[in-house]
Amino acid sequence: MAVTILAVDDSASMRQMVSFTLKHAGYTVVEATDGVEALEYARSNAVNLVLTDVNMPRMDGITLVRELRQLDPYKFVPMLVLTTEAGQDKKMQGKQAGATGWLVKPFNPEKLLATIAKVL
Amino acid sequence: MTLDLEMEEIIKVFFEESFEGLDAMESGLLTLDATADRETINTIFRAAHSIKGGAGTFGFMEIAEFTHSVETLLDEMRNGQRAVSADAVQVLLQSVDVIREMTQSAQAKQPIVTVGADALSGELARILAQKGPIAAAPAAAGTAAAPPPVVAAGTAPPKPVPQAPINVALDSISGWRIEFVPDPTLFKTCNDPLRIFAELAGLGRLEVTAHVEQLPLLQALDPSHCYLSWSLVLHAAVEHSRIIEVFDWVETVSKISYEPVYVGPKPGESSAAGAGAVPVAPARPAPLAESAAAPVVTPAKAGSDAGSIRVATEKVDALINLVGELVITQSMLGRFAEKYDPEDLESLRRGLIQLARNTRELQESVMQIRMLPIGFSFNRFPRLVHDLSRKLGKKVELKLCGENTELDKTVLEKIGDPLVHLVRNALDHGMELPEKRLAAGKSETGTLELNAFHEGGSIIIEVKDDGAGLNKARILGKARERGLIEPDAQLTDDQIYNLIFVAGFSTADQVSDLSGRGVGMDVVRRNINDLGGTVQIFSSEGVGSTIRIRLPLTLAILEGQVLRVGKEIYVASLVSIIETVQPTREHLSSVAGRSELFKHRDSYLPIIRLHDLFDIEPDSRDISKGLLVVVESDGRRVSVLVDELLAQQQVVIKSLETNFKHVPGLAGATIHGDGTVALILDIPGLISNFLERQSGRIELAA
Repeated sequence: MAVTILAVDDSASMRQMVSFTLKHAGYTVVEATDGVEALEYARSNAVNLVLTDVNMPRMDGITLVRELRQLDPYKFVPMLVLTTEAGQDKKMQGKQAGATGWLVKPFNPEKLLATIAKVL
Repeated sequence: MTLDLEMEEIIKVFFEESFEGLDAMESGLLTLDATADRETINTIFRAAHSIKGGAGTFGFMEIAEFTHSVETLLDEMRNGQRAVSADAVQVLLQSVDVIREMTQSAQAKQPIVTVGADALSGELARILAQKGPIAAAPAAAGTAAAPPPVVAAGTAPPKPVPQAPINVALDSISGWRIEFVPDPTLFKTCNDPLRIFAELAGLGRLEVTAHVEQLPLLQALDPSHCYLSWSLVLHAAVEHSRIIEVFDWVETVSKISYEPVYVGPKPGESSAAGAGAVPVAPARPAPLAESAAAPVVTPAKAGSDAGSIRVATEKVDALINLVGELVITQSMLGRFAEKYDPEDLESLRRGLIQLARNTRELQESVMQIRMLPIGFSFNRFPRLVHDLSRKLGKKVELKLCGENTELDKTVLEKIGDPLVHLVRNALDHGMELPEKRLAAGKSETGTLELNAFHEGGSIIIEVKDDGAGLNKARILGKARERGLIEPDAQLTDDQIYNLIFVAGFSTADQVSDLSGRGVGMDVVRRNINDLGGTVQIFSSEGVGSTIRIRLPLTLAILEGQVLRVGKEIYVASLVSIIETVQPTREHLSSVAGRSELFKHRDSYLPIIRLHDLFDIEPDSRDISKGLLVVVESDGRRVSVLVDELLAQQQVVIKSLETNFKHVPGLAGATIHGDGTVALILDIPGLISNFLERQSGRIELAA
């Protein structure tokens, strides 16, 4: 069965970049522009992995992870947050919210795929 | 190949959104002044953050680096670690400019020049260093807290874990002993110890010992709880940081200790295992450089979107819909080509009516595509007004109205510079200094209003200030001094105001670097006239001035009045025509021998004989047998003698310059339904030329 990855980022270019890389690797990708949109999608659709940016309007990535973890179907779904190299406190917050791990930006396609392969 | 192309597309999106982000930053920063609203700062921060992230990802390291310091500053403001100061806002605004420039060169595939960035980096560093203790304390606390406070306790091994990698000589160790006691919540973040072990095993041979002592009885077992802990021995002489990296994600919720296994207990295995090690994660810099190189090398069209229009999808849909209807009409009419029966006349007529309707709607729809909201042009003013008023020490509030008013793209592009000039003038000359305003009983902060709206078939753009207004006495004095008017000339207010449009006129006592060089207002008027528009000034001393620009909706189509002189057909723009009268002899007089005047209401208007101007034979040279068309441009009126008024109709303007050459007095040509060509009169040009020649004649006479 195809693996569906929910890619959440308010930046269209980052979203497309992630989506492009993952699609070429054979994953099914669903894009969302912020936490609210992602949460809404995830509530009514099955997702195998969540990849989210932290800083987004309306709902940030950490809140999204926290909200998702409270939903039964998402108890054991890997969730990765995209942080910047300086985002130590964000990593902590992400962790406490239930994030599986993080990807440090800027990242390249190989790194993205390697990291995703690790958690799936 | 396709991969590169797709990347290219994505990078295009990155540029687009970066420019949007920069605009958002700019307008956000401009409202940031006094009361810093948290959401505004957040929006600005997010924009900077996205630009930095994208720039790093797509390999524009110069942009990423510079934006990083901008982001840091914004982050401190956002977290309340730093107050929003005018100083910082100014530097941030300049940073926006620098990032925009860098992004533009990146977009144009040119090397990114960092001169501006380098200069501003110092400024940013200076601001970041200011109020050091306040800003630095929480930041330092943040970093200190960030590395997990992994203190060995309980079942944890004796040695406390230092967060920094242990430095050991690789040839002195054979591997690592790791004690891994995860937090019971480990599974809840979906971290699988197996994954970690597999990764470690990729570095070398791994021995795993599980500690199951904490496992409860089955009925008490919570499957989402992690009861296990592990002792690991990795037989690989690798850097400590390699191993830390593997545990990166679980570090914060686990107790982990690392201990090097020195050569001695288990010699011999180390070098072999170490050599066979597989890198866990590729080192960051190298692959990044690769991904950066790919998009830059790929040739592509220049990034600048000169000449292209972004069209709303609805507009395109409407167009497609109309073309669909046109195709239906065409097929309906097509039948008649095959077989025509005189009885079909009625349906042929209906078909033609439908065709006419389709054509008209299609025309309107296509024109709509060229229409853009004037907001595109207004957008630059908040920044301009902010910078200028700061420079001039004036307090000005900018109000924008009617930003959604649409006008032709060409008009929109060409009206930008004149508007900038008018706004600068209003701020520089019109607006008073705060203390002067207070002394005059006005509010300290002046208001500058940019207003756009439709009126009739035209667009009106107003630049309105509540400043000092035009000083008539000073304008008159200056005009006399420059010899622009006769010393004893009696002028109406409008005529006085219009003097500021005369080339070489400037009333500013001191020439500032903003305006006041006396070039400009004449250029402003010329530019607007070139667009088929007019300028009018309303002013009241002490109360303020309004400059009103009237522009045609589009340059491609003209609401025209068709005129006849002899056998020639001309078209005049309907908006420039005030009225048309049949003159009687008592309304006509002549001055100085040849100048003919027509008494129109209370004023005397010069008469332009079109047949003389274009050297054609009229029906009659007797003015009282023809018609006088009263036309106006920039507040100046003349009457034009023609033989007959024909229809009023929309005409499509064909350029004379591109198809023939520029002819004074003519704005272009149009083609009538019967295929004949009619020339379009350039009323503003006609008036200027005529009045100039007349004044020349007067001078000669004097």
